[in-house]
Amino acid sequence: MNALANTLTARALRLGQRIFSRPRIDLPLAIALAALAAIGLTVLYSASNLDTGTLLGQAARFLIGAVLLVAISRIPPHLLRVWTPWFYVLGVLLLVVVKVLGEGQGANRWLDIGVVRFQPSELMKLAMPMMIAWYLHPRRLPPRWRDLALIGILIALPVLLIVKQPDLGTALLVAASGLFVLFLAGVQWWKIGAALVGLAAAAPVAWHFMHDYQRQRILTFLHPDRDPLGSGWHILQSMIAVGSGGVFGKGFNQGTQSKLEFLPEHTTDFIFAVLGEEFGLVGVLVLLAVYLFIVGRCLWIAANARDTWSRLVAGAFALAFIVYVIVNGGMITGLLPVVGVPLPLVSYGGTSAITLLAGFGVVMSIHAHRKWSP
Amino acid sequence: MNGGYDELKNEHARRARFARRALAGFAIMLALVAVVAGRFVYLQVSEHTEYSTQAKANRVRLSHLPPPRGLIYDREGKLLADNIPAFRLDVVPDKVRHMDAMLARLAAVVPLTGDDIRRFKQSVNQHRPFESVPLKFHITESERDRFAINQWQFPGVSITPYLTRNYPYGAEFAHLIGYVGRIDAKEQAKLNPDLYAGTTHVGKSGIEKEYESLLHGTPGYEIVEVNASQRPLRVLQRVAAKPGKNLYLTVDERLQKAAFAAFDGRSGAAVAIDPRNGDVLAMVTVPSFDPNLFVNGISRADYSALLDNPEKPLLDRAMRGGYPPGSTVKPFIGLGGLELGLRTPTDKILSTGTYYIPGSSRGYRDDIRNGSGWVDLTQAITQSVNTYFYSLAYQMGIGRFDRWMAKFGFGQPTGVDLPDETGGVLPSPEWKRKTFHQPWYPGETVISGIGQGYWMVTPLQMAHALAALADGGTAHTPRLLAATSDGLEAPVVPYPQRPPVQITHNPADLAPVKQGMLGVVYSPLGTAHGLGAGFPYLIAGKTGTAERYSRTTDAYNTDKSLKYLAERHRAWFICYTPANHPQIAVAVVLEHGAWGGSAAAPIARQILNQWLADTPPSQRPLVIAPTVAAQAAGAAPATP
Repeated sequence: MNALANTLTARALRLGQRIFSRPRIDLPLAIALAALAAIGLTVLYSASNLDTGTLLGQAARFLIGAVLLVAISRIPPHLLRVWTPWFYVLGVLLLVVVKVLGEGQGANRWLDIGVVRFQPSELMKLAMPMMIAWYLHPRRLPPRWRDLALIGILIALPVLLIVKQPDLGTALLVAASGLFVLFLAGVQWWKIGAALVGLAAAAPVAWHFMHDYQRQRILTFLHPDRDPLGSGWHILQSMIAVGSGGVFGKGFNQGTQSKLEFLPEHTTDFIFAVLGEEFGLVGVLVLLAVYLFIVGRCLWIAANARDTWSRLVAGAFALAFIVYVIVNGGMITGLLPVVGVPLPLVSYGGTSAITLLAGFGVVMSIHAHRKWSP
Repeated sequence: MNGGYDELKNEHARRARFARRALAGFAIMLALVAVVAGRFVYLQVSEHTEYSTQAKANRVRLSHLPPPRGLIYDREGKLLADNIPAFRLDVVPDKVRHMDAMLARLAAVVPLTGDDIRRFKQSVNQHRPFESVPLKFHITESERDRFAINQWQFPGVSITPYLTRNYPYGAEFAHLIGYVGRIDAKEQAKLNPDLYAGTTHVGKSGIEKEYESLLHGTPGYEIVEVNASQRPLRVLQRVAAKPGKNLYLTVDERLQKAAFAAFDGRSGAAVAIDPRNGDVLAMVTVPSFDPNLFVNGISRADYSALLDNPEKPLLDRAMRGGYPPGSTVKPFIGLGGLELGLRTPTDKILSTGTYYIPGSSRGYRDDIRNGSGWVDLTQAITQSVNTYFYSLAYQMGIGRFDRWMAKFGFGQPTGVDLPDETGGVLPSPEWKRKTFHQPWYPGETVISGIGQGYWMVTPLQMAHALAALADGGTAHTPRLLAATSDGLEAPVVPYPQRPPVQITHNPADLAPVKQGMLGVVYSPLGTAHGLGAGFPYLIAGKTGTAERYSRTTDAYNTDKSLKYLAERHRAWFICYTPANHPQIAVAVVLEHGAWGGSAAAPIARQILNQWLADTPPSQRPLVIAPTVAAQAAGAAPATP
């Protein structure tokens, strides 16, 4: 018995050694991610009014995410590809479960699984591009009409479930991550143009099906001064925070807008405004540069990947990643309506950080196995 | 082999196509990131100054510190108007989502009347939505505690401590002191917004209104750092409010109370003035009301009860009530006859019971059916002989008559330091033409001689004219504010007074007039005979009984029942004492008094009793005993 236990322990240790001793991760991307995490923790520490609990909680999530990243990077892409449908089905099932018995702030977004509270829609942000890429992988590109129709269903199913939660912002981003796969797969430009025109035409219909609070957000976005103490408050206070930061910012922990609670949700959706206020335009540009570097690096990895699935997954993931940044930045500066989109790896929040790092694990795996045959 | 090559070629094409798309995607994202970055540049560079200002304005609140209102004391330092700590409910309308629903829920915790809600909604409209508006003033302690427990249910509603005005004497001083009330829209437009920031109440009547500028004080302010929920975090700067001045009035609280009590609820008014300087010692109006009702908003029911009361408790009879003066004006007319050289003190007039204007058959009656025989001025005043004054007034003519009476202040406000005083009516041909578009008849000059006709006098005017007569023909503008101070420790500074005006020019002329007024009290024929009994000083007085309605027939009324007369008459009594160096002059009018001597004079005597009890022995004049009074009465020549 003892011998068996010893053997098992030894094997586990060896496996662990094999996985982690020679991590074949992409160093530039890893360094950029570490820099981003450092910036994120710094801003979060200030935004939480120097609350160590929040800081350590986020650091722990980053650690879990990093372990996950390294572990996934060791899994060959063809295995990941084979598991993709199961991953997708799991994601959809979780969305159904969360719909039935979820809990959340006014909306059913969260699933409490004992240790962690967990947001299945975040999982979908990764499962979606993987699934569409899986579908396109064996097929002729650019995709034909029949493929597009099937892909439409694959995208619509989880997206509608998320819209129903209701979480319009995440739903749009999940849909976008699927559509980016189509874009990278070479769907003709005229089809893309036609789809955009169609979307614009469908907007009034969408308006009809929206919730009051969603309409409110859009109206507020169009006229922020309409109701300065109501819904326009968030945008206005956020713009004041950013604008008052100036070029060099007010300094770490010196932002009056967030310290005195004028800035809403300052550890989550509006954390970019805290950065803007305390570190100024310089801080904002540094952060944007880091993001762009990460995206560029991911696209470079995608371009050098060895098969279609790998290319599409890494590319779509990269584009979706930067879209979060653009949407969040647009939102806190009053360019876009307030949609609940966190700033990737800076906003406080568990599922988002871990899922994103897992996604980067997939990218790392693609990078590590670019010359291996399946 | 071929297939493998195709596959390879195909793979190569796929790679190239992907690279193009990836590059295009990156370019699009780069452009979008550039837009966001541009937006940051716009906000943080171009608009930086604007947003910096806004961020500062966000965290800093200027809160006003309303000054405590000055207190009001009587001449001896008794508190007549006080500030007491109280609590009120304030609402910031912007923070309330559904106002009506909130008010309905709140009413279950703190009772709210329809009046409260109506007034609150009015004042919501006068304020900006983020300013706090008082909902209910002066809530009780138990209401305060109940609300404190439930406060979490009512965002935007808070309890604010404040100082509320309190009038400890209530009705007795209501018309004199007046009251403060909530600032209304009209006042808001007139008041200086810098001085009244944070102030909710303003003087509405009486002394409170007249001396608003002294009582109000200067507001202070506090610059406070607040968080988003407006909770103050620390005070950055503080300038304390400067309280309003404390006022010391000329009135004597005990005299006022005694005068009020003397009426025993009967409608009328009394004014007591110190003839030496014009100090108003007492000024009462009966019936009165509780001014405390008005401070925090009177309820509709209370207000309509006051309005509907037939005795009009809100009317300040003392300075706004107009009464025909009746015989009380005879001493002034008599003095005019001497000053104008129309009569000498010893000239006698025959009273037969009826006076006719030369060449006319219309008769004007004496009170005694067959007249009083030959009377000189002193006797005419003592016995209130109408014929003497009919003929004198006719001799003077209405022009001279009016000019003379105007010197004593009739027909114009006395200039007392109270708001909204009326001037009564001193009728003249011009006045009649303007008011009624009718010519003046000589008979109207005749009846002016006994204070009848259109002539209207306020009790304050009467007391003022009497005081001028008593002080040797020197008119002092009546005044209520004696002195001010900047607080209990600060020195009391006398308030400047207007210089007196000399009305009469021959002091000798006053003697027979005053002698006649002594006779009113001490001669057996005097109309207020017996009033001076037991009083240590000589009292000089004059009765007056004015008709409320003009007579419809020439016939004597046979109904002499007091009830009937009281319905028809206004009873006057005016008097001053001590007669040889007067220190107090009193005018009393009783609306339903049958006769001046029997109904109004006892009220005056009660006021004098209190004045005597009040005056410290060291300040009392040497006693002029009743024995002397008897001599004086004897000195008044008896009717032949």
